[in-house]
Parts: sequence; structure tokens; C-alpha cells
Amino acid sequence: MDTLLNISNLSKSFPGVKANDDISLHVNKGEIVALLGENGAGKSTLVKAVFGLVRPDSGTITIKGESIAYGDTAAAISHGVGMVHQHFQLVPVMTVTENIILGDEPHKGMFLSMKAARQEVIELSKRHGLEVDPDSVVEDLPVGIQQRIEILKALRKDIDLLILDEPTAVLTPQEIDELLEVMRNLAASGVGVLFITHKLREVMAVADRVVVLRNGKLVGATTPSETDEEGLAQMMVGRNVVLQVDKGPAKAGEVVLSVENMTVKDSRGHEAVTNFSLELHAGEILGIAGVEGNGQRELVEAICGMRHRTTGTVKVAGVVAPDMDPRQVHLMGVSHIPEDREKDGLVASYSIADNLILNQFNLKPYATKGIRDFKVRDAYAEKLVEEFDIRTPSFENLASSLSGGNKQKVVVARELTQDLKVVVAAQPTRGVDVGSIEFIHNQLVSARDTGAGVLLVSAELDEILSLSDRIAVMFGGKIVAILPGEGADRQYIGRLMAGLTE
Amino acid sequence: MKLKITRDALVPFASVLVALAIGAILIAAQGHSPVQTYHVLIVRGFESTAGLQATLSKAGILIMSGLAITVGLRAGLFNIGAQGQVLSGALAATYIGYRIHGLPMYIHIPVALAFGALCGALVGGFAGLLKATRGVHEVISTIMLNSIMAAIVDYLTQNQFRLKSQPNTRTPDMLHSARLPHIFGYPTGFVLAVLLAIFVSWVFKKTTTGFELETVGRNRSAAWYAGISVKKSIVLGMLLSGAIAGLTGGLFSSETTGYFVPTFYGGIGFDGITIALLGRANPIAIIPGAILIGGMRSAQSAIQFEAGVSPDLINLLLALVLFFATAPFLAKLIRSNSKSITTTSGWGS
Amino acid sequence: MQRVFGSINIKSWKFLLTAAVLIVWIYCYVANGDVTNSVVASGMRFGMPLALASMVGIMCERSGIVNIGIEGTMLLSGFTGFYVASYTKNIIIGLIIAILTGMLTSFVHALMTIQWQMDQIIAGTIINILASGLTSFLYKEGSTVPNTWPIFDIPILSRIPFIGHAFFSQQGPIQYFGLILIPAIWVLIYKTRWGLRTRSVGENPGSADTAGISVIKVRMINVVLGGAIGGLVGGFICLELVGSFSKEFTAGAGFTALALMIFGRWNPMGAFAAAILFGLAQALSTQLQIFGVNNIPNQFITLLPYVFTILVLVFSAGKVRPPAAEGKVYKKEEA
Repeated sequence: MDTLLNISNLSKSFPGVKANDDISLHVNKGEIVALLGENGAGKSTLVKAVFGLVRPDSGTITIKGESIAYGDTAAAISHGVGMVHQHFQLVPVMTVTENIILGDEPHKGMFLSMKAARQEVIELSKRHGLEVDPDSVVEDLPVGIQQRIEILKALRKDIDLLILDEPTAVLTPQEIDELLEVMRNLAASGVGVLFITHKLREVMAVADRVVVLRNGKLVGATTPSETDEEGLAQMMVGRNVVLQVDKGPAKAGEVVLSVENMTVKDSRGHEAVTNFSLELHAGEILGIAGVEGNGQRELVEAICGMRHRTTGTVKVAGVVAPDMDPRQVHLMGVSHIPEDREKDGLVASYSIADNLILNQFNLKPYATKGIRDFKVRDAYAEKLVEEFDIRTPSFENLASSLSGGNKQKVVVARELTQDLKVVVAAQPTRGVDVGSIEFIHNQLVSARDTGAGVLLVSAELDEILSLSDRIAVMFGGKIVAILPGEGADRQYIGRLMAGLTE
Repeated sequence: MKLKITRDALVPFASVLVALAIGAILIAAQGHSPVQTYHVLIVRGFESTAGLQATLSKAGILIMSGLAITVGLRAGLFNIGAQGQVLSGALAATYIGYRIHGLPMYIHIPVALAFGALCGALVGGFAGLLKATRGVHEVISTIMLNSIMAAIVDYLTQNQFRLKSQPNTRTPDMLHSARLPHIFGYPTGFVLAVLLAIFVSWVFKKTTTGFELETVGRNRSAAWYAGISVKKSIVLGMLLSGAIAGLTGGLFSSETTGYFVPTFYGGIGFDGITIALLGRANPIAIIPGAILIGGMRSAQSAIQFEAGVSPDLINLLLALVLFFATAPFLAKLIRSNSKSITTTSGWGS
Repeated sequence: MQRVFGSINIKSWKFLLTAAVLIVWIYCYVANGDVTNSVVASGMRFGMPLALASMVGIMCERSGIVNIGIEGTMLLSGFTGFYVASYTKNIIIGLIIAILTGMLTSFVHALMTIQWQMDQIIAGTIINILASGLTSFLYKEGSTVPNTWPIFDIPILSRIPFIGHAFFSQQGPIQYFGLILIPAIWVLIYKTRWGLRTRSVGENPGSADTAGISVIKVRMINVVLGGAIGGLVGGFICLELVGSFSKEFTAGAGFTALALMIFGRWNPMGAFAAAILFGLAQALSTQLQIFGVNNIPNQFITLLPYVFTILVLVFSAGKVRPPAAEGKVYKKEEA
């Protein structure tokens, strides 16, 4: 067989971490290779090195037998490598056409020829059966379409190797199936596909070969026919993992959070949540399933008092919660694990200790009459670091020194170690390693068992299915269905997430 | 740890040397003697008793204006137009100083200074309000307010507040009871400024208000999620920054001049920027820089009379010091790894 | 042209404002053509340097670099342009030197912000302080230039009724050049490959990078090109409009230009329109003073532009969307 990509002995270190340690792998023509590993295993770093976005420290990368210089994206592109990034690399305010042609624009002299470009995009999209409107502005499109644009961007050049970095993270089950089909077609036409994921189901469904990374090292290579999901999981994590969360039946109590006819606008002034109503009981986990960008973020922010509600009320245990006053809402017993911990959950240049009391530094016993008490803070921080297994030499270290999973533990520790009526957890395990995921899931279940109502918002359907006592599916700013968590059907929920109601 | 601290401290020091070297070349290019110029600078600024007294008096003022900028920077605000707040504070304090009669010194001075601080706070707070409610970036609004305040104080000094018996534009003299006394010839303002620096440092280290401001300065979004009112902090930050700037102007009137002439205050607010950036927005660390610049400023006129060099040499030297101290290549040379400070870039609110 | 005229909203206050200005203009023109013409022409003279200065901001910010050093760029290039012209007795050489100085100054800004990844607002402040320090130290009184750029009418165009006199007569060559340059920048940004790449770098550098575009190169070139325009403005003021160099002659114009850029939504034509409006307002207030509304003290007339600037931002700043990557350092390697 023809070897398309050959990586040998590649290493790359970032300050404090060895992201890739002496990794060798290859991809053949017409083959789908899954690169499996949990968050932080070094998968992204490896493919970014291939694409020239990261400079390796040592090792060689050859494409079709020719060796590629470090950190040269243009060279990778000219050697027929295309890449679809985990975080879409699109310019939100530009049109689909502008995004697709960027970097190699049809032109006459120095001027763009937009007519030719538009025509090219239409033809490209026809050829691959991926429908897009060339004139839409990207930020107005749903994520599924945005990914289509990413794929078209990659396919525009006649590529030999397509790299997909966690392409399914934001898709509905149906969209995932479509994507897997696209991958199969590409492979059939002779393109090599290197596919990064941490979802075992997809690996089993589509891969010809599987390569597993753990802590920056290559720990094994196999094929789907030689193993099963359990086996892959064990390889990926390095120990036996329980894929199911261990939880007893819910003992739902009275309503702790009720949202009535709430309408919320997003930052651009469009209605993101429309006439929304919801009741959350004490002692239950209510999962909000849905593709990202269907108003979840705005819903969470409006409940927690961070975003203005155009209409409607939010009640916490029967008391109306104020609009636009996160501090007051928090004092009423609502805690919030924000979806973007780096931006919204932590102050990177503050110590772990300060981050652990970030929303109560002004309260007793952490401060008296406006003067802070550092002894109390330190004792509290020491206790939480211990209890929540935050891996750090000292609570005086900066939050920025922590790994993703430990950062999230700081946020979870802060939000769950308080007197709680309601926990709003948005994407609580995004970008977190398996060990931390298990830990955070157990924390959410134990918050439920101590009588808090948990509102779990997640784009990971697996997370919703394994944790929720009830599942609400959100689409277009509304709840389209509420189902019992027990025995919920993944395919059916997937259709609801895509806005289909049969 | 020890080694790192000395290396970091070395950067501003090296910057001064490099700036002096470049200045020497330019002085020589103009046909003057760099040696003589620097000799005058050192003698007038730091050697003689009179020079030292003048230097410390200037340094006190500059510590304060550096503090005004520092408070803003810590809250993520760049009060680039503190000069306008200095001017309004100076005129306000002067006015109280000559207008109100019969107060004992221990009441008259605080009232005059407080009124100066209040007027500075109004101007700064207005910029804060514009930012919090309308998203107007403080860099532009304070620069504009600078020119607006300059025009207003100029008008007031030429009309309502003018001492009519004098041919030149100036206010009447402040009463003796509003003039800050010297102790054995040394300025009390300097002591006040150092105390204020310690106080500001304490506010940011120990109080919840300081913590709120700093959190907003470091991560606005996380601050809001943690329940801190970002808008309130922006207004408060600008209000405090403006108050200190106004106090700076009042102190200058009360201690140094005793009456108000708009052109007296040139550059105090802008020197504050240099000082705050040199001290990396640390209220205590700005003090040495303020003393150095105070010395250079108080020797400014002497270099013209005694060495024949344009007094604007000082502006040039300070600009060079700032450039070399903030640009990272000197730091790299000395292998200090201190981070440069950041403001809130971008025009978004 | 779609982007300029395509989305005219008849109810938008900007449209109403433009309409109101036009109506007042026509009314005044009918009432007293000569005075109106001279006010409009002086509005153009006030407006053009600001419009060009805001082009500096647009070039930089479209690529993601905030440049508050426009002030210093203009000051330094006006200085070198004037003194070189004075020394060589040649204003063409003076203008060339001014443009080169602007490019050099911006190159230093680009070094600080792009290469050394310093805070962009602090970098701009340093440029301003350096420029002010250098020019005040090296300033010499009594220098003169042999002549300024001549004032002339553009044949034919100046005879167009109504607008001809305002735009095409009694101005110097740089003023007229501005009328070409600004639309050219608009074309550059919206219609060329370079412009598309520049906008993508300013909105999402990661996207440009993955498309094989060098973020650093695009930013460097845009900032330096912006500097060339800044140099042109410095030369324009000192060698055409005023004919001399005075200390701190920029007097905050660089910051006003930024406000106009924001008001014009980072669109060259928008900023140009804003600058002309601004210039008209200033010309009008000066005219009012001449007309004997002289109980307004002089100081209050001089502070009008600054009040206008704040007002401009009060009505636009919260509503506009700057280039998304503006002010942020782009680091290629992310784990």
C-alpha cells in the first residue's frame, strides 16, 4: 500500500508537559485511521505538527515520501494536506464564499474575482454533496453547516490527506452519521483520513485502524475488529473504566427553580431564548440536551442573573430572582459552573485560593467589614484542594499553572461547596480528562442526593444520557420535548436536537 | 527568588543608563557638552540641600500622579488623560484656598485638598460613567476631557477667578492657612504622598473593594460571573483615579505655587503615566521612579541656564527611559522574566 | 459599493443626520452662496487631515492592531518633513521624508506590538511620548519653508454647481489626493486579495493562519502602510495646510481620528463621512464666531471639537463591533 503520511519519532514539549513523546505512525492511501485518546493526551498537538501549526522539537514528518519542514503550514497545504479544526477556523463576519477561498483567492491582478469564487464554491459543494449557501454570513449559520464549510475548505484543494480534529463534538447523532459517510466516501476515492476523537462508538463505526495516545505517548495500535469499546477505553485511560455513572434513583422534592415565559436576547440582539418555561425539582438532575448555539448559553446566563431577561421571571424556591444581579442570585442559593472556565470561571493570574472564593470573598468569614481574612481563606483552600483532589504543589500557585481538568475542579469545588438549592452546570466536563470527568459526575450526583436541583446543560449527549433523571431537548431557543432519563432513545433525541418532530 | 527580584529591578536602572547615553549623543550633536549638562542635572537635582528639597517636593507630586494612573491600571483602566483631572483639582483647591477666610490651617488645608480631589473625581468619574454606560473607551474620552478641562480652567482663570491687579493671568494667592507647611525646609507633601502610596497598596492587598477592582482589571468576564458589578467597578476605578489626580493638583498649588496659573501644571499627569509604567503599577515600586523623575524635573530649568541645553531634554530622556524599560529587549539582555503589564486593549466595552 | 450604499436604512439616525446636513447646506447655499461655500471648503480643510488620520487607524485595526500612536506618528513626521523641507528648501523632499518617518515610527510600533507582543495601548502611548520628547527637544524656532504646496482649482470639476466649489477648488494637492486615497483604501480593504486577508487576520488570525497566510507579515505590512499615511498627514499639515511646525500641533487629533474611525465602523468611507461632518461642525462654529455671536468666549469655541469627539463616541461606541481579534496578541503555538 502507498504510505501517505509517515511520522517518525516525533516529540514536542510545552512548558511543564511533554505533549508528544517519541511518536511514530503512518496513514495509507484510502485508509481511515482513528487517533484515539482522552483530553490532554496530545492528539491535537500531533496533528497540528503535521499541519505546520506547531513546531515539533524533534522527529520527522514525511508526506508522500517528502519530508516537511517544521512549522510550515503553506508547505503542508501544498503537499495535499487538508485539516478540519476542532475549534472552527472560520471568520464569523465573512460570507461562506469568502471563508472558503481565503488563502488562495480567485483573482484578476490584485482584485478579487468574487463571481468566479462564488461559482467555484457552488460547484465544490455540488461535487461533494455538501450543500451550502455561498452568500450567507457564517455567524448566522448553525454549527453543523459551519463544519460543512470547514470540510469544503479542506476539500477545495485536491487533497490526499484529510485531518479531522474532534469533528463530531458539536454535531447531532444524525449529523455524525452523515459525517462518517462523507469520510467513507473520501477514503473510497483514495484520500487518507486521520480522524481524532475520544468517542469510541465512532471509532468502531468508521476506522480501519486505531492508534491510541495516552499522556503524550503512543500506547497501542489495533483495528476495530480486534477489540471492542471496553478494550479501547481501557487502552485510552490505562485502567478499567466504568462507562456508566453509578447513581441511585432520584428522590425529587419540591420545585427549587422555575422559569416562566422567559425571553432572552443574545449579544447581537437576536432572540436566543423564546418564551421559555421550565421547572426544576430538588433532588433531580434535569439535563438540557441540544446542539450548541440553540440558546443554552443565554438561558444559563439569564437564570444566573448575568444576562438581561426581556420578559419572564425566574423563581428560586418560590422567590423571584432579580434580573442582572449575579451576586444576589448566588446568595439565593444558585451556583453556576460556567461553560467557558478560562474566560468566565477563573482569573488565571490569581492564586488557586483566591479563585476558590471568587464569588464569596466579600462574605463572612472571608472578609469582615471590607477587610479580607487570609487565614480563613487559606484554611478553606487547603481543605478544598484536598477534598477535590486538585493536583497542585500549593494553593498559592496561580490558577494558570493547572491543567484543564484541575482548573475545572477548582470551579466545581467553589460552586459545589456552598449552601445550595440549585446547581447550573454548563458543559461541566468539556476538555477534561476521564479521571476528572468521573469525579465531576460523582460530585454532581452527590449534590443531587443532598437535595439540590441540578440543571445540566451539555452538548455531549452521552453525558446527558448517563446523568439525567429527566431530559429536556432544546432547539431554537425552546424546549421541544421533556423525556424521562430512564431508557431515553439516543436516535430519537438526536432527531429532536436537529429540530425534527416527525 | 532573590536573584530574580534584583534582575527585575535592574531593568529600569539599565534603561536610565541607556537613555542617558542616547541623550548624551543628541546633546553633543546640538553642540553642547553632555558632561556639563549631566553634571548640572545631578548637582541641581540631587546634591545640594536646596536641590534635594525641590526634588522631594516634585517627587511627592509625581508619586501622587503615578498613583492616580496606577489605581486605574490595576482596575484595567488607562487614565491617559489624568492631566485634565490634575488641572481641575488644582484650580478647585486654589479657589478654596484664597476664597474662604478665617479657617484654621488644620481645617483649611484638608478642605482645600478634598475639594480638589472631588473635582478631579468628577472629571475622572465622568469618563468612567461614559465607559460603563455608553462603552466610550477611557483613552479617548480622558484625552478629550483633558483639552476640555484645559479650556475651562483657562476661561475661569481669565475671568471669574482672575487676580485683576496683575497683568498676567493668574488667580489670587492662597491664604497662608491653606498652604502646606514645610518641615525644616523639607516638603510635607512628599510624606503625604508616601503615606498615600502605602494606603493604596493596602487597599489592593487587603480590602474587598481593592480585590473587586483588581478582579475586574484582570478578567472582566469572570468578575461579572462571580457577582462583581463590572460597571460599578469601572466608575469607581475612574473616580478614585480622578480623585488622586485632583489631589495631586491641589497639593501642587498648596505646597509649591500658592496660586493658579494654567501653564504651571504642564506634564504632571503625563509623567504619572511614565512613573506608573516604570513601577509596573505597583504603588510602592513607583516611588523610586518618582524621585528620579522629580530630580530631573526640578533641575530642568537649571540645565537651560547653566548648560544651555533645551529643558525639553528631560521630556526626551523620560520617553527613552520608558521605551527601554517597557520594551522587552533590555529585559531579555538582563534575563529578567518579569511580565510587562497590560491594559484593556481594544475599543469594545 | 454594496457595502456602503447597500444597507441604507431610511429610519436610521445616521441617514436622517446626513439628510438634515444636506438640507441645511442647500438652505444656506440658497441664502448666501459665498459664505456657505467658504464654510464648506473650510470644513473640508478641517476634515481631511482627520479623515486621513483615521485611515491610519483603519489600516492597523482591520489587521487587528490597535494604534493609539497616530498622534505621535503625525507629530514626528510633520517635524522631520518640515525641517528637511526647510533645510533642503524643497517641499517634495520634505513630504517624502515625512512619509518615510511615518513608516519608520509605525515600524517601531509594529515591532513592539507584533514582534515583542507588548500591550498595544501602552505601545501607542510610548510612541506618543517618544514623539513629543524628540520633537520638543530638537525643536528650533524661526525655521521656514520656501513655500507650501500650492492652492489651485481642479479644472472642470470645480465648476460643478453646488459641490464643485466645496470639494474641488482652492485646495492643495494633498487635499485632492485624499479624495482619491480614501476610496482607494476602501477598494483595497473590500475588493482585493490583500484586503480579504487583512480582514481575516483582524477578525480571526487562527483562520488566516490555517489558510497559509502569515499573520505577522500581514499585520506588519498594514501597520507600516498605515504609518505611511500618518506621515502623509504630518506632511500635509506642516507643508500644505499650515506651512510651519509648532510643538504638539496635533493636539489630540490622532485620538479624534480614532473616534471617527469607530463612528464610521472601520469603513474608510464611513470614517471619511464622519470626518467631513466633524470638519463642517468645526467650520460652522468658527463661522458663528465671525458672525458676531461673540458673547461665546473663545475657549468654548476651541473646546468644541473635543466635545464633538466625545459625543460621536457616546452615540456610536456601544453599538459598533470592532474587528474581533483587535488588541489581542496572536500566538501561533497553542497546546
